[in-house]
Amino acid sequence: MAQSATPDIAAARLQPQDIDRNFEDVKPVLDRKRAIVESSRCYFCYDAPCTEACPTSIDIPNFIRMISTDNVRGAAEKIFEQNILGGMCARVCPTEILCEDSCVRNTSEDKPVNIGALQRYATDRLMAQDGHPFQRQAPSGRKVAVVGGGPAGLSCAHRLAMLGHDVTIFEAHDKLGGLNEYGIAAYKTVDDFAQREVQWLMRIGGISAKTGTALGRDVTLEQLRRDYDAVFVGLGLAGVNALGLDGEEVANVQDAVDYIAKLRQAPDKSKLPVGRKVLVIGGGNTAIDIAIQSKRLGAEDVTLVYRRGPDQMSATWHEQEFAQVNGVKIKHWAKPVRLISHQGAVREVEFEYTQLDDQGRLTGTGETFALLCDVVFKAIGQKLVKDPVNGKAHESLDLANGKIVVNADMQTSLPNVWAGGDCVASGTDLTVQSVEDGKIAAIAIDRYLRRKNSK
Amino acid sequence: MADIRSNFVGIKSPNPFWLASAPPTDKEVNVVRAFKAGWGGVVWKTLGENPPVVNVSSRYGALHLNDSRMVGFNNIELISDRPLEINLQEIKKVKRDWPDRAMVVSLMVPCEEESWKRILPLVEETGADGIELNFGCPHGMSERGMGSAVGQVPEYVEMVARWCKQSTRMPVIVKLTPNVTDIRHPARAAKRGGADAVSLINTINSICSVDLDLMAPTPVVDGKGTHGGYCGPAVKPVALNMTAEIARDAETQGLPISAIGGIGNWRDAAEFMALGAGTAQVCTAAMHHGFKIVDDMISGLKNWMDEKGYATIEDFRGRAVPNVTDWKFLNINFKSIAKIDQDKCIKCGLCHIACEDTSHQAIAANRLEGKRRYEVIDEECVGCNLCSHVCPVPDCITMVSMETGKPYQNWTQDPRNPMRKAAE
Ligand SMILES: Cc1cc2nc3c(=O)[nH]c(=O)nc-3n(C[C@H](O)[C@H](O)[C@H](O)COP(=O)(O)OP(=O)(O)OC[C@H]3O[C@@H](n4cnc5c(N)ncnc54)[C@H](O)[C@@H]3O)c2cc1C
Ligand SMILES: Cc1cc2nc3c(=O)[nH]c(=O)nc-3n(C[C@H](O)[C@H](O)[C@H](O)COP(=O)(O)O)c2cc1C
Ligand code: SF4
Ligand code: SF4
Ligand code: SF4
Repeated sequence: MAQSATPDIAAARLQPQDIDRNFEDVKPVLDRKRAIVESSRCYFCYDAPCTEACPTSIDIPNFIRMISTDNVRGAAEKIFEQNILGGMCARVCPTEILCEDSCVRNTSEDKPVNIGALQRYATDRLMAQDGHPFQRQAPSGRKVAVVGGGPAGLSCAHRLAMLGHDVTIFEAHDKLGGLNEYGIAAYKTVDDFAQREVQWLMRIGGISAKTGTALGRDVTLEQLRRDYDAVFVGLGLAGVNALGLDGEEVANVQDAVDYIAKLRQAPDKSKLPVGRKVLVIGGGNTAIDIAIQSKRLGAEDVTLVYRRGPDQMSATWHEQEFAQVNGVKIKHWAKPVRLISHQGAVREVEFEYTQLDDQGRLTGTGETFALLCDVVFKAIGQKLVKDPVNGKAHESLDLANGKIVVNADMQTSLPNVWAGGDCVASGTDLTVQSVEDGKIAAIAIDRYLRRKNSK
Repeated sequence: MADIRSNFVGIKSPNPFWLASAPPTDKEVNVVRAFKAGWGGVVWKTLGENPPVVNVSSRYGALHLNDSRMVGFNNIELISDRPLEINLQEIKKVKRDWPDRAMVVSLMVPCEEESWKRILPLVEETGADGIELNFGCPHGMSERGMGSAVGQVPEYVEMVARWCKQSTRMPVIVKLTPNVTDIRHPARAAKRGGADAVSLINTINSICSVDLDLMAPTPVVDGKGTHGGYCGPAVKPVALNMTAEIARDAETQGLPISAIGGIGNWRDAAEFMALGAGTAQVCTAAMHHGFKIVDDMISGLKNWMDEKGYATIEDFRGRAVPNVTDWKFLNINFKSIAKIDQDKCIKCGLCHIACEDTSHQAIAANRLEGKRRYEVIDEECVGCNLCSHVCPVPDCITMVSMETGKPYQNWTQDPRNPMRKAAE
């Protein structure tokens, strides 16, 4: 097939109303009847396996039982007690590898209780009401700096505020929320939910935010350690891995996360430029999300190429299936080896088939194929931007494998600095894990501050 | 194929499944639809004297359990609110058109001989196969000295039954109210009065729920409610026990019984029959699902009978009666303990927490290589069955009989019983 001279990248490939429909809530909230039917499927397990599988240990049988008795407020409070971003988690958690994967109903009839949907039902209802379910403890007189307003930072800040401390969040972006605001697929969190959730969370009081303020640029770790009683660092992973191929610094080879951030902020999605043939390189959430969203914006062919097999993809089986249902073609066991450019744009990518050798290492087979493209998205992982915490500055945090080292309390190598979320070594790159990290850190910080008080 | 034709005190029907006297049998259209669907007979909605009663609006309450609707059902309706002549005309017509089906007419008139003498010939004239005396309705009618107000006084039961037997050739079935402390007394009275059979149970006095906004019992009639009659699946255990009590009572054993109360499928019906009932009457299940449920009742009963080798209902009717006994005759030396099928177990832990928190601490919550494993501690298990009831997986926990090597011994013989009669 003849290829156009320049890459075919255009906005409004679909009718605006079709684009709107493609970005509607992918899993709308249950109504009361459905919620009660679904809640009645829960056995109220003892020492429930689902709770054990939830990184934030939500008492799942208990909140579901409360839904079944129409005690929806009680249910939501149970959820928020453990996970203040229970609303977002209900939308974005890959429950198929977490709570729902452990549900005993999988064994009894191959269909878990729809925990995520029930969690959304309860949290949405409570959040629609005035007020806030928690109150602050008596003021401690202590101040804590939280760097990064993503799930980890927000969770930490809320818990600290609840425990009576005053919190200031330092956030590089204009808006709080981290990837909730700039990263999560648009159809998972519609109607500006990320911002609504931040505002709701802030109702606890005692949290102020300095947005547009970056650690390392506008403020340093030394300053924060001096001016505050404790510091929490939840920077996420602001850097993007490169393909490492010649010629990738061109306009039509893009970072998937950057594009998604633009998509999330676009007031009118039909104005976003979209390639006709889109190639996505990677095998995680980001790869799946950019592939599906490109398709939903009107890309004609979207092919995702991953260098290993389906079981090694960090995107879950459910996400892989969802991509396929959306018309994304997934090719496994191939890695990009050459970008073929024409007039300053990549028009073709050459891939080499891969396999595992005797030692289980990934190697190329020598055999290659090429795919035409108008846009290439890089989605092969994000990395910590080290400078703010481990640069030339006098004080720096220990790193391992490019991430911040913490102990079980999320404490870093500096005694009054804690860290959590994607930026720490244990990070599983899930929203819910970041919330848990922030919570654990807050509890540890509280203990530390109280010890300090009593001295 | 099993033969399930029924002959109950001379009333014949192609199957033993009758619709109980209630809205499903209130008028010609309903009854004809029921017969088309395959029901063996009906007990026509209770007739009274003219002028007919007047019903209120908002009439039913219900007990729902999670997604199961109408586990229990209650009503504050009265007897038929249509003129007597219309009911009689329709009964006559339907009986003429459907001669093979049982047509029993339920009656409730004031507790005076004249009233009964007046209505019986009118019913007889329709060609109906029998009458059922409604001594059971626990609301409204009882405030007027009828229904359960009669059924609760054995002397009245006997007296009215006798009046009816003296004034009609039709078989007389006395419908009993469960709102008594001992069902055997009204049953014995019915027998003494000459009744051909009893039917039971009518509805149980109840308040189904309280509306917490209106602060009134449901169903709410303009801000107020009243107690109503309870029926549906929830009442079946009560009805089964009362059936058994009558079936095994020295005075009433052998008295034909038409069973009513929570019957919704063939299995329910078979259980009542095993306790001696001849026919099975249904109300709530039909009101819940419509008449088509009789398909399953007919084919299910036949299939089960074929499987068991019962050619007719008489082959198994009453077979469970000898096995209903008094507590004091149960074997104290019998022992059973719970056994968990680890392959079926889904590790929900319900058996453990039930036994641990509320019973005998006989199911251990273990972890084997990090995996949950629930195990019965045989020495602690008293064989109460609680775990097997809470377990959500069918046949996962079974109660296994243990060989104790000890002979049958009941409480009257047990040395631990200070009141025992020494065996001479
Ligand atoms: C495209 C995409 C889709 C995803 N989808 C899902 C999903 O469906 N489900 C799921 O569970 N997880 C998903 N994830 C992962 C999830 O979003 C992250 O695990 C989670 O957001 C991490 O939270 P965090 O607070 O550690 O970091 P982030 O959310 O990254 O927040 C870090 C915050 O720190 C700020 N910051 C960074 N550097 C500085 C600085 N120097 N000074 C001040 N502030 C700074 C950032 O602006 C940001 O606001 C997805 C990730 C991506 C990229
Ligand atoms: C709405 C309603 C009205 C009833 N009316 C009568 C009646 O008029 N006469 C009568 O003998 N029983 C009446 N009953 C009682 C039923 O005949 C039957 O005894 C009772 O409902 C138990 O059976 P079930 O569990 O199958 O419903 C009525 C029951 C209901 C639900
Ligand atoms: S494992 Fe499933 S059934 Fe058991 S408590 Fe959790 S959600 Fe309910
Ligand atoms: S069942 Fe029929 S008559 Fe009764 S309330 Fe509903 S619609 Fe009205
Ligand atoms: S209740 Fe049944 S399924 Fe659940 S743990 Fe016990 S034996 Fe297993």
